[in-house]
Amino acid sequence: MRFMVITKATAASEAGVPPATEDFDTMGAFIQDLMDAGVLLAAEGLHPSSQGVRIVAEGDSTTVVDGPFTETKELIAGFFLVETKSLEECVEWFKRYPIRPPAGEPGIIEIRPVIQAGDYSETMTGEQREAVAERDKSTRYT
Amino acid sequence: MATDTHRAIEAVWRIEAPRLVAGLAGLVRDLGVAEELAQDALVAALEQWPAEGVPRNPGAWLMTTAKRRAVDQIRRDATYRRKLAEVGQALEESAPDIGAAVAEAGGIGDDLLRLVFVACHPVLPAQARAALTLRLIGGLTTAEIARAFLVPEPTMAQRIARAKKTLSAARVPFEAPRGDDLAARLPSVLEVIYLIFNEGYAATAGDDWMRPELCADALRLGRVLARLLPREPEVHGLVALMEIQASRAAARTGPGGEPILLADQNRARWDQLLIRRGLAALELARTRIRGGAPGPYALQAAIAACHARARRFEDTDWERIARLYEQLGRAAPSPVVELNRAVALAMAYGPAAGLELLDQLTGVPALRTYHLLPSVRGDFLVKLGRHAEARAEFERAAALTRNGRERTLLLGRAAACD
Repeated sequence: MRFMVITKATAASEAGVPPATEDFDTMGAFIQDLMDAGVLLAAEGLHPSSQGVRIVAEGDSTTVVDGPFTETKELIAGFFLVETKSLEECVEWFKRYPIRPPAGEPGIIEIRPVIQAGDYSETMTGEQREAVAERDKSTRYT
Repeated sequence: MATDTHRAIEAVWRIEAPRLVAGLAGLVRDLGVAEELAQDALVAALEQWPAEGVPRNPGAWLMTTAKRRAVDQIRRDATYRRKLAEVGQALEESAPDIGAAVAEAGGIGDDLLRLVFVACHPVLPAQARAALTLRLIGGLTTAEIARAFLVPEPTMAQRIARAKKTLSAARVPFEAPRGDDLAARLPSVLEVIYLIFNEGYAATAGDDWMRPELCADALRLGRVLARLLPREPEVHGLVALMEIQASRAAARTGPGGEPILLADQNRARWDQLLIRRGLAALELARTRIRGGAPGPYALQAAIAACHARARRFEDTDWERIARLYEQLGRAAPSPVVELNRAVALAMAYGPAAGLELLDQLTGVPALRTYHLLPSVRGDFLVKLGRHAEARAEFERAAALTRNGRERTLLLGRAAACD
């Protein structure tokens, strides 16, 4: 099962405070473990939201809003894409996440299952499934 | 709460079992004993953790518990052997010296690599190797493996027990081969991982065309092996092959679970992440080749990469694929490779070119019951407008396949020949 593991932003990550020198080693070792076990597919860290933008679609209009965005703990600071046998296994791995949050602020890691082909097929009618197949055909590169 | 703890323990087991069993086998030099010790530690965890909570470092807890028992067992064993000696019976072999065993054991990686080579030892039939590898390195339960291979759990339990007995009886040493031995033994490991992958990718039995979980298990094993043997080009070749093939998983079945052939697949549904990983692994394989020519897995991966790179089926570089199959035919001669080369030739130079090679294969005994031969032949004949002959070939293919979904597909093609 594929999961996206999202590390939530902290005041420090949003302020663009670089990781402590020793954190590179701790994090490196953790990533090594994930790779050695064959579970890591991809991992990236993100710059603070002040360097990002949002595209907001409302009614007929589309606007681009510059960062930073305010609700810090709802922002993301990075993600891992992993493939594990179960959600529990993924949880067990990321309970071992080695970076402790700064004092006075919780470090939050959110784990979300990635939608896989066929996940919704049971709730679809036969006609809807046909329609999806048709759409798939028409999205083929031409 | 209790069930939550149990699920957490199961998850810990999945993560720790390979390293645990490998570390213990390095100590006691017997796979069966190592696994029993690991299981004992797991039982201890099941008893203690729900009450006392999951320890901060569950892996270390399991290893310490199991090692304590291992030491007890070795001591008991030594006492037992001494008693045997006292009554005048010869020692079959000296009791392992704990200190020396611990001292000579390398890191976890070394132990894990040894475990891989023992589980995939050529004294075992391929199916037994696959089961043992999934159990010990994949951390799957016997029930999960039984389900994956569509056999009853007791049958699988027996197969695993027999495999361990065979290893003991053959006195297979707990060590990883080196140098030329490594080159000789590596194929038996790669073969097992690819067998597991294929059992998931193109189920040979049952009504499901794919069992994706088994593909994921094989991929995981392959990635682990690539970390253990980073300098072996064929390991990267195998990983590349599996990543690229797995990238098509979502596109290979239709809404009703029926197979969709490569030509008709919606390439927008190919998993670009896995393709990128596959191409990166292929590049690693290429750079790791010392002199010599690429091996069979790297060649197959290179062929898979040709498909992955083609944005449309029409863009496929069939001439390159035909050349790669020719190389593959030299690296690992097989009538099945020739069959595939015939397909590539037909795509590159027209059905007549494919049919010409195919006709040289019709007498080959290994292909007599292989459903893809008449299936491909039927395909060429359709393209040449020889519909009556094509129909007969598709019907023959349908009678030969053991996969229910594929039979339906072939009978459909036969009916379409009217």
